[in-house]
Amino acid sequence: MSFYEGLLFYLLAATAVLPGVMILFSRDIVHAAFWLLASLAGVAGLYLYLGADFLGFTQVMIYIGGIMILIIFGLMVTHKQKISLSQLAQKRLLVPAVITGGIILTALLYVINKTTWKPTASEEMEPTSADIGYLLMSDYLLPFEIASIVLLVGLVGGVYIARRKEREA
Amino acid sequence: MPETTTGALIYQILELLPFLKELPEFLHIPMLMFVTGLIPVTVISLVGLVGVYMERKVSAFMQIRLGPMEYGPWGTLQTLADGIKLMGKEDIIPREADKPLFILAPIAAFVGVFLLFIAIPFDRDIIVVDLNVGIFYLAAVASIEVVGIIMAGWASNNKWSLLGAMREAAQVVAYEIPVGICLVTVVIVSGSFSMVDIVEEQKGLFLNWFIFRNPVMWVVFIAFIIASLAELKRAPFDLPEAESELVSGFHTEYSGMRFSIFFIAEYGAMFVASALIAILFLGGYYTGIPFLDNIDGILGILIRVGALFGKAFAFLFLQMWIRWTLPRIRLDQMFYLCYKVLVPFGFVAMIITAFWQMVLPGDGFMSLGWAPGLGK
Repeated sequence: MSFYEGLLFYLLAATAVLPGVMILFSRDIVHAAFWLLASLAGVAGLYLYLGADFLGFTQVMIYIGGIMILIIFGLMVTHKQKISLSQLAQKRLLVPAVITGGIILTALLYVINKTTWKPTASEEMEPTSADIGYLLMSDYLLPFEIASIVLLVGLVGGVYIARRKEREA
Repeated sequence: MPETTTGALIYQILELLPFLKELPEFLHIPMLMFVTGLIPVTVISLVGLVGVYMERKVSAFMQIRLGPMEYGPWGTLQTLADGIKLMGKEDIIPREADKPLFILAPIAAFVGVFLLFIAIPFDRDIIVVDLNVGIFYLAAVASIEVVGIIMAGWASNNKWSLLGAMREAAQVVAYEIPVGICLVTVVIVSGSFSMVDIVEEQKGLFLNWFIFRNPVMWVVFIAFIIASLAELKRAPFDLPEAESELVSGFHTEYSGMRFSIFFIAEYGAMFVASALIAILFLGGYYTGIPFLDNIDGILGILIRVGALFGKAFAFLFLQMWIRWTLPRIRLDQMFYLCYKVLVPFGFVAMIITAFWQMVLPGDGFMSLGWAPGLGK
């Protein structure tokens, strides 16, 4: 690993991790959402660093272009005033928060221990998009189709809920 | 020099600027990053300069006025004068605004447009990086500008700005679907994500251009023009700005250089959209006349770069023409057009294109036996 590769890696890793920490310490919920966006961008950068170009740009497209915009949109619609996170963090939520956090932490530690890590990226940058396409249309066709059915069900459900409210009104 | 996997442009820059090789080893990569980064910034600024002047002149001629005439011949230096004025203005940040986000918003919008320029091929070798997922990269990165606009709307702490930002979010998320369908259709025809491959596939007589590839490609072409206007929030889709309803939407509170950065980013994005229309459907940097395209050397490069810029500016003119001709559409009409017109038409055209490619792989009409000997 040359000097610049190392520098790039640590910059990307910092972009992924530091905003994650900042989410916890930011007072404004919209700031937290933008920090999450920065963190996801850092993860996309790490994918690109490892040569997974298709995965990296998918991360940008789905998370930054889709999910984050919708989350921020939702926050803008629901919060007229600035809401501080300290207002949201109440003492009665302490026990459920610790339990949920503990479960997630255990699951993550288990996965981290189970995985066999390859610490070095492949030497040659090879295009991955064609292989992903072939695999999705052959070996993983069933999961692919199931994912599309899940999305369709979500779409139909969303339309149904919207239409029902319209009829009641 | 360290081996780089990036485009041939870097090597050309090294040929042009030999003193870069004289620098100490550890400065090579930062210098290359600086030089390659400078090119998109220069192109964006120049396109912004020309675009703003063009917009004023086009709007003036459409309304039988003269437009700017004072500075320089035919008012050509007007935009420059405005730029100097904007730089001299006081930097105002509203007291109740969210200061860090307010400052970051124009930067985020500009970065989004800057990243778009990296994958635009101006010639076979004049592209910063020819990514093998180039077109997918453009679709992904196009959403970063929106983040900047939503940030601006929220940070201004002003209800007009917030309404504008919310309209922008809803509009862009909706119109990403038809844009995506059009891009997938082009990928089906070209068989590649790479921008250079897409253009090279259209080499030869202009009948090879993707718009003539099958009987439904012109539907995709028109759908892409409409959807790109909506993604760019240009009239008749300028609901996020809507002067008559929202003062000026998400950038109401911005002034001086911050405002002009939004403006430059908008014109940069307009240019990218126009260039994309040319690249995806109209042969990109090829003129469509084989003997002109086969010229080598510096003259050939000039012809090809000129062809791309010519096509792009033609579509820039089309965008302005539409802006100064059509009234703004309503919010519900905007969603109707997206979900009930563009999406169904796009899907049908995509399916027909897929079958056409299976039955007649290769050059489309050219392989039907018309115009023998004029193919690639």
